[in-house]
Amino acid sequence: MIAEVGLALLWLAAALAALQLVVGALALRPEGRALAGLVRPVAVMQGLLVMGAFAALVMLFVTTDLSVKLVVDNSHSAKPLIFKIAGTWGNHEGSMLLWVTIMAVAGAFVALIERRLDEATLTATLAGQAFISLGFYVFLLIASNPFARLAQPADEGQGLNPLLQDIGLAFHPPTLYVGYVGLSIAFSFAIGALVTRNVGPAFARAMRPWVLGAWIFLTLGITAGSYWAYYTLGWGGWWFWDPVENASLMPWLAATALLHSVSVLQSRDALRAWTVMLGVVAFSMSMVGTFLVRSGILTSVHAFAVDPQRGAFILALLAIDIGGALALFTLRAGTVTEGKRFGLVSREAALVFNNVMLSGILGIVLIGTLYPLLTEAYGVKVSVGAPYFNPAAGMFAFPMFVVMAVGPLLRWRQDRLSGARSGRRLWPLAVCLALVLAVLVGVELTAHGIALLPALGLSVAPGLLLASLLPLRGRNLRRTPLPVWGMVVAHAGIAVALFGMASESAFSVERLAALSIGEAREVGPWRVSLDGMMPVAGPNWTALEANVTTRYAGGTPVQLHPRAETFTNPPGTRNESALETRWNGQLYVVLGEQAEDGRWQMRFWWKPFVPLIWLGGALVGLGGALALLGRVMSDIRRLVAKDKIAWRRMRQGR
Amino acid sequence: MAAYEAGTMSQADPKPRLRLALWLPLILFAALFALFVHGLTNPADTNVASAFVGNPLPQFDLPPAAADRPGLATRAFQTGKPKLLNVFASWCVPCAAEAPQLAALAQAGVEVDGVAIHDQRADLTRFLAANGNPYAAIGRDDQRAVQLAIGSSGVPETYVIDGRGVIRYQHIGDIRPEDVPKLLARVKDAGKGAGS
Repeated sequence: MIAEVGLALLWLAAALAALQLVVGALALRPEGRALAGLVRPVAVMQGLLVMGAFAALVMLFVTTDLSVKLVVDNSHSAKPLIFKIAGTWGNHEGSMLLWVTIMAVAGAFVALIERRLDEATLTATLAGQAFISLGFYVFLLIASNPFARLAQPADEGQGLNPLLQDIGLAFHPPTLYVGYVGLSIAFSFAIGALVTRNVGPAFARAMRPWVLGAWIFLTLGITAGSYWAYYTLGWGGWWFWDPVENASLMPWLAATALLHSVSVLQSRDALRAWTVMLGVVAFSMSMVGTFLVRSGILTSVHAFAVDPQRGAFILALLAIDIGGALALFTLRAGTVTEGKRFGLVSREAALVFNNVMLSGILGIVLIGTLYPLLTEAYGVKVSVGAPYFNPAAGMFAFPMFVVMAVGPLLRWRQDRLSGARSGRRLWPLAVCLALVLAVLVGVELTAHGIALLPALGLSVAPGLLLASLLPLRGRNLRRTPLPVWGMVVAHAGIAVALFGMASESAFSVERLAALSIGEAREVGPWRVSLDGMMPVAGPNWTALEANVTTRYAGGTPVQLHPRAETFTNPPGTRNESALETRWNGQLYVVLGEQAEDGRWQMRFWWKPFVPLIWLGGALVGLGGALALLGRVMSDIRRLVAKDKIAWRRMRQGR
Repeated sequence: MAAYEAGTMSQADPKPRLRLALWLPLILFAALFALFVHGLTNPADTNVASAFVGNPLPQFDLPPAAADRPGLATRAFQTGKPKLLNVFASWCVPCAAEAPQLAALAQAGVEVDGVAIHDQRADLTRFLAANGNPYAAIGRDDQRAVQLAIGSSGVPETYVIDGRGVIRYQHIGDIRPEDVPKLLARVKDAGKGAGS
């Protein structure tokens, strides 16, 4: 019954999306203007209906309804509740339903609260959103129905991949999805603005919080995903340049560029066409990423839901949506009037530089990700990894870091590097001094056998951290607007993460050891000993758990318990690493197999300052949240003030 | 300081060069689309071929894995006669599926030697009793040392080794009935190559 209700709701939502598209398109013509009032309520209703459909699917998973094919394939009655719920989106159909749900809810949200954009552009935006959604509805209803029943209910479900039964996975995909799909709003805004040719500060002001919101979720999702991979996969690495990781990084890079160019458009009415272009590119990267993951045309560790037929469907959607948007851009961008001009030394110019560098990194990642596909077409198999990505991306990233340090201190429109303004006279000197210092530190580090990139990172990060705090200098901290705090925190987060990455790469110590019980080893400043081994059991797994005593530089001993887990439904194994975090790094312990002579194979890593990577990521997300909060609060204040004025006028008029 | 155009590449400038730039994103996307269509219609071969084909076998000397068969060492492949080296395990289902084909190959006069990966003697005895035993020798490789050294990424895999101990061919996955003549031809080639 629930399955049928869910399916019916999904069909109704799809029908409303079609209505939204048609009415929106008609309302843009002079003779259809009367219909414009219909678009907002339809968008809200569509959001509500698809939320109902998603709730129905969650319910099926919670109750483990074994007559539904999707539940049987991906769940099991003995699974803990949280993983039953997470199982809803741990598969192809469910995750596509989550995709349209977020898309429709975001559209409903825009319809409900967006009041600053002119009505025609908003109507075109919502019609655009309905157009993209409609493609995904068709995909769900025709090629991946999540509510399909089995002719004969199964006795038991097949369970969820053990790697996915992790608390990190319960939250990481939905967070990323909100980010990916949230960018569809920016995409629709761009389409709407192209249709009405109305690109300007008002458009940027309306678009900015949506981009910011999606970007926060993307940042947090990528950070969480990186930490999840780090501690569950047991390889001790935090980023693998895997196609799926790249698929999440590319929209982030485009969204970061968009975030900065939209601020230029809002404040200075410049970079009009470029901003619109980035709005199209950001969501296009989300869709390309989804295609790469779901079609299985690239080999990846995330090889779930691989199906060429679905790939063909998503590719068709890709061609219609992205191709259509880019064609519209080609036709219309020439008629979007020119924006304001600005000087070579100005905040705009620094932001343009940052945009170009981010686009450069995006290009590097895109090429690296697709290169195996390209050579495969000529019969040559290659795999592209860190030796390509790290230096190629670094080539763009380091100049960007330097400009990022200086950019926020420059003035809009036109600035002078030296001049009458007090305190500014020392500027060129200070910048040169910092750069020379960074180079000296870098040279010193490489002389100690540290590779070039980590050495660069270690030498640039402290200066970047300091520089990102400088915009606060001379301000009354209690009266500093939240968006400024947001920028400072986010930029500082980048510096912190950079230091963590460089330190991990420069100073990690790895030890592979076969230990018998009672034996000890040195790992960097740690002394670890294997004290014992015992079996433990969880709700749907059994495991061998090692008892490892660790001491940092002769300090108090800490017990760690790395496990090798064996799952029964479905059968599989997972190595649960054990981590000991100190302020200056993390000890990482993995339990391997038992050798023939009875000794246990174990892996140890000492990774100085590695948690800073994720702390930095979290700070970047926090910075975004502060900026968003500041903007929303100032909006609310303005609305309240407007209401007050209107109320006073009304009273006086009486 | 010179002010330059704000929108870098795509403002309302009538110059034809800039018009061309506007087409660039669409053209790039078309190229991307063509690549995706190609990738989708020609699924990639995800098997990882051994880089050791054409190289001599590494030195190894494995203890016997089964009671009634000897172990396996590199010198067993330097007798001048081409042989098959089958990497398998009793816990591997496709290995049981390919057993009749291995038996057919042994019947055709090719010596098949096995390397049992991560196996227990009792399990192996049971496996051989159920599926037949085409092997002349079975080495026991508990650490996957030999498997890794010859570039095998899974079980089952079958290598054609010529009479001088050089790896001539690698078959990834189970041997299906239609693969038997192909493998026989490879063994014959390997025999010729070693003689010349």
